[in-house]
Amino acid sequence: MNLLEIDNLHVSIDGKEILKGITLSIPEGEVHAIMGPNGSGKSTLSYALAGRAGYEVTRGRMLYRGEDLTGLSPDRRAALGVFLALQYPVEIPGVTTITFLKTALNAQRRARGESEMDAMQVLRRVRKKAHALNVSEDMLKRPLNAGFSGGEKKRMEILQMSLFEPKLAILDETDSGLDIDALKLVASGVNAQRAADRAMLVITHYQRLLDYIVPDRVHVLAQGRIVTSGGPDLARELELRGYGAVVEAA
Amino acid sequence: MSAKVETAERVADLSGDKYKYGFVTDIEMERGAKGLNEAAVRFISSRKQEPEWMLEWRLSALQRWRQMTEPKWARVHYPPIDYDDAYYYAAPKSQDSRPKNLDDVDPKLLDTYRKLGIPLSEQKLLAGVAVDAVFDSVSVATTFKAKLNEAGVIFCPISEAIREHPDLVRKYLGTVVPVTDNFFATMNSAVFSDGTFVYVPKGVRCPMELSTYFRINASETGQFERTLIIADENSHVSYLEGCTAPKRDEHQLHAAVVELIALDGAEIKYSTVQNWYPGDEQGKGGIYNFVTKRGDCRGKRSKISWTQVETGSAITWKYPSCILRGDDSVGEFYSIAITNHFQQADTGTKMLHLGRNTRSRIVSKGISAGKAQNTYRGLVSVHARADNARNHTQCDSLLIGADCGAHTVPYIESRNPSAKIEHEATTSKISDDQLFYALARGIPQEEAVALIVNGFCREVLQQLPMEFAVEAQKLVGISLEGSVG
Repeated sequence: MNLLEIDNLHVSIDGKEILKGITLSIPEGEVHAIMGPNGSGKSTLSYALAGRAGYEVTRGRMLYRGEDLTGLSPDRRAALGVFLALQYPVEIPGVTTITFLKTALNAQRRARGESEMDAMQVLRRVRKKAHALNVSEDMLKRPLNAGFSGGEKKRMEILQMSLFEPKLAILDETDSGLDIDALKLVASGVNAQRAADRAMLVITHYQRLLDYIVPDRVHVLAQGRIVTSGGPDLARELELRGYGAVVEAA
Repeated sequence: MSAKVETAERVADLSGDKYKYGFVTDIEMERGAKGLNEAAVRFISSRKQEPEWMLEWRLSALQRWRQMTEPKWARVHYPPIDYDDAYYYAAPKSQDSRPKNLDDVDPKLLDTYRKLGIPLSEQKLLAGVAVDAVFDSVSVATTFKAKLNEAGVIFCPISEAIREHPDLVRKYLGTVVPVTDNFFATMNSAVFSDGTFVYVPKGVRCPMELSTYFRINASETGQFERTLIIADENSHVSYLEGCTAPKRDEHQLHAAVVELIALDGAEIKYSTVQNWYPGDEQGKGGIYNFVTKRGDCRGKRSKISWTQVETGSAITWKYPSCILRGDDSVGEFYSIAITNHFQQADTGTKMLHLGRNTRSRIVSKGISAGKAQNTYRGLVSVHARADNARNHTQCDSLLIGADCGAHTVPYIESRNPSAKIEHEATTSKISDDQLFYALARGIPQEEAVALIVNGFCREVLQQLPMEFAVEAQKLVGISLEGSVG
């Protein structure tokens, strides 16, 4: 079954059309990669899926488990199991990481009609997940992302993904700003979360990340459209020949 | 519970109203005549069975007040107030005989406080917090008096202190905020009705948090509380006040005076959670909160710390200050002022460094939303004798939306070259990125705003006594509901 079916999606920002008819399906259990040059609309697609204000869907649909996401608020989408790991995680001064995690987790649970977890339950659950990602106790006590290194911020994103257990995880340029060791750590965190009932959309500029998170399918995005799709080999071809040649050939 | 109250509550629920404390208690009241004049002053003094000296003190204040003009320098705007068209005394009739213990207090009053979240029966009270409950112009109940008495701590309504501890009252009343201090303080000196008196004897650490809960209930009536706290040598006390009022279309005046005195080595921590009715979304109604609060670090090594969370009132005009008279004394001011819709706040502090090696710290967090105006106004003054005085001021403003204003007006005066004064100020907005990030993690918009604002205020919220910090955090969220989106 397809977890996500994007059908002829058009998205505008301030009246300017950025996505010009994207069609894409991701079955449960698969990892798809979106690659593309700067300005091709990769981040726009991730924000449109997450429901950010200002990203206006003018045509088409985004069916998530058969339900159109268009019109649902971002928090509602999160509660339904859509997760977006941001390219630039945001600092929230004065709000400790653990407080933020507890607030978010309980907000999602509440929206789904589940009981809220108390501070101890949340802490136990977070600690279990944090260890694998090398997220220290100290990081949990610090304000969210404030003064975190690039690697720490990305690990925190993946920690949240593992905590919220989404059905659809969108990773927007999770490799940007990471050195090779940090990249491996993040990738192994992501791989650990591949599951039969979960789909992932990995957005990246470089093929490098896909050496560690091997996708089932690769789609190339250029000027707001998917110009070609293929298996993992397509990513390597892009690396060899460059976007220009591949896009032109398509 | 009267039918009227129930109906009011239901209407508030239906209209999605955020101010939970806007109900009216239907209770028979005794009032003085309208107007601020000698008859009103004599009426109040006689209702309180005051000694002659107190009446004289009040009358001298009234005389002085008549020659004064209302201050206009604050950044707040309101139509002229007709001081003769308001009541200055209102008290529940059932309290006439001044109940000796809680069992005798009118159940309607107990019920009012229960609904406000302040159960007055000692078994149900927060462990370790004593409460004085002031309803319009009178104190209706004071809890844990006996237990405090064992420690030698006096905690009672000020009207009772005037009768039963006249020497202490005469020695200290008006010594921090003189009768002639300012228009509103002088008015208060003439017509103050009730408030709290605290005396902590030498070397005593007060065994529990003390608190006063102020409730305005009667219409067209001002509340003029007077609080006096004395911490004798090497003593310690922590005190908290909370305030609410019914929703009304008219404006009501609250003009309080609070005086704190810390002698050698004493420490007073004074916290306020001010949630007077702020008026509606169109700016109709709400309390005018014109308050003079000042602490005197009279002794060496004494310390006074103000913490305020100001979320209510249509207008707040308030500058809790410290006179750092004793050598090595310390003054602190931690403030959160939130204004939404048409609320106006002009608040801050004065740190007057008179003694040597005196230190002060100011942390002000102003949050403005809707069409509100929020001003921090502060004075740091170092006198010639105050060698090695230190001040650090941190003033942060947060704007939500495009129609509100934040203003910072710091005054710094130094007459001593050894002084070190630091002032930092920032102004920021809740960014779309922050808001989206929280939303994308499943946190609904209003909760996200509350979370981000609470983070912004964290330094100040941490200063509140534990029992109240959680409530204050919730209040921060509630005050800003409807401010985004």
